[in-house]
Amino acid sequence: MPHLWLLICLCLIFLLSVLSVFVGVIDLTPMALLQDPEALQLLAVSRLPRTAAAVLTGCSMAVSGQIMQILVRNKFVEPISAGTGQAAALGILLSVLLFPAAGLAVKMSLAAATALLGTLGFLALVQRLPPTEPLLVPLVGLVYGGILGAVMVFIAYQADLIQYIDVWMLGEFSGVMRGRYELLWLAGIAAFVSYLIADQFAILGLGRDMSLSLGLNHRQVMAMGLLCVSVVSALTVVTVGMLPFVGLIIPNLISRQLGDNLRVTLPVTALLGGVFVLGCDILARVVRHPYEVPVGTIFGVLGTLAFLWLIYARPRNA
Amino acid sequence: MIRIRNVSHQIAGQTILQGVDLDIQQGGLTALVGPNGAGKSTLLSLLARLQTLQSGQIEINGQDLQQISHGDLAQMLAILPQVLTSTHRISVEDLVGFGRYPYSRGRLGPKDREIVAEVLESFELQEIKHRFLDTLSGGQRQRAYTAMAWAQDTEYLLLDEPLNNLDIAASRSLMSRLKSLAVQQGRTIVIVLHDINYAAGYADHIVAMKAGRVVTNGPPREVVSEAFLRSVFDTDARVIVANDRPLVVV
Repeated sequence: MPHLWLLICLCLIFLLSVLSVFVGVIDLTPMALLQDPEALQLLAVSRLPRTAAAVLTGCSMAVSGQIMQILVRNKFVEPISAGTGQAAALGILLSVLLFPAAGLAVKMSLAAATALLGTLGFLALVQRLPPTEPLLVPLVGLVYGGILGAVMVFIAYQADLIQYIDVWMLGEFSGVMRGRYELLWLAGIAAFVSYLIADQFAILGLGRDMSLSLGLNHRQVMAMGLLCVSVVSALTVVTVGMLPFVGLIIPNLISRQLGDNLRVTLPVTALLGGVFVLGCDILARVVRHPYEVPVGTIFGVLGTLAFLWLIYARPRNA
Repeated sequence: MIRIRNVSHQIAGQTILQGVDLDIQQGGLTALVGPNGAGKSTLLSLLARLQTLQSGQIEINGQDLQQISHGDLAQMLAILPQVLTSTHRISVEDLVGFGRYPYSRGRLGPKDREIVAEVLESFELQEIKHRFLDTLSGGQRQRAYTAMAWAQDTEYLLLDEPLNNLDIAASRSLMSRLKSLAVQQGRTIVIVLHDINYAAGYADHIVAMKAGRVVTNGPPREVVSEAFLRSVFDTDARVIVANDRPLVVV
């Protein structure tokens, strides 16, 4: 089963990537690539980076959502709506205010640091919740994310930067060009590194006591997970903006269909994330051609439908 | 042998254990019994280092528990906590495979696979090995988790109330399986039991605790009596002898 899913996702990514390269405001045909040097330029500067950005964002966000769910031991949370995303955006805002001349690396580092703090804050809050009330966790996450978001908007309002923060609040890929998305490869690497220790995350999902009994270095794996979630969130918020739902829907879909043995399922989760985000981005480009709809809006609509199906469909038994 | 010396423990200012001294002999089944809040689970979690030892000393096979590394301890001692999650969608076979983590670090080798297959066999999980945990009955799930802890292949196995939520058939089959496996493989099982009759019926030793202290320690026939039930559990019940073992008439 998982191999079949993997194969299908790989094929879909390939097909959608080809499609993505040829869909856009400027007409680009396969024939033109062979004859027109400008077409090649368009491909290299805009279409390929955009396609890569969508796939990388989808993959790494799906993985970081899965890891976040293991860290808080609740399937209904994801970093972008539970404070990590807002904290990352707050970090970028602070870097713009405090170090306006600094480059992308500083912005990025500050965003990762605040994302880490934001996630730690969420973990601390969640640990105090009664384990018998699992639905409190996502609710507290939404409230917590909302408060952090409000703080950010307030600061932006005071500093007259409201228009500026819109870029991070609503994720979309229309601004992606060569030279402005490469940080996302780091997010992809972070997701890949977490795949290397997927077994340890799977054991972490059994709970603290069980993982200690199995000799897992519980603190270390928690720290690795936190780092992955924070880095991926910060990088995606900095480069393409907040894209909620991806980290929630994709891991849940895979968990329902294939289970939680991450060694087997995490690659499928990542690829399916890529498929979904890239597919939504292509739709975003064609729905109101030649204008674009933000990909977050498309994903919101499709994601909600997928989520409803997820809740009402019977889970696969094995 | 596990040596526990003068162990005291407090949680939020409340004394849970008071100067516990206890030797757990190698081999066989030791049952920890006592009324609710006697400190049985706390003692077990201190033995497995799930909580930090506050005062006193614990030695396992002559080694100070605090000095043993995570990895080494996981090859000497396994614990199955009381609350087992059911939301995790892991197949029974994968779960038992996790039991090999202290040896395989996630990559199951041929020997690990062999042990997993053996354990699935001896816990009668072959037929449901591809099922996800959240689709199993309480008894099957408990059996799967116990099999995982068994696959860890440790000299000591600590089980915290494994019979919770199990019906009589599942309880009896789990106890007799544990007992015969312990004898076969010379392992030491320490098990917290609520029902004194299961302790009397299957254990080689009974350790009774009350209000954070060990009050009695010995084979079931010497420990379980009407006076014992009165002093430890504050209840008057008749004790008869059946099949050479004491039986509490409830």
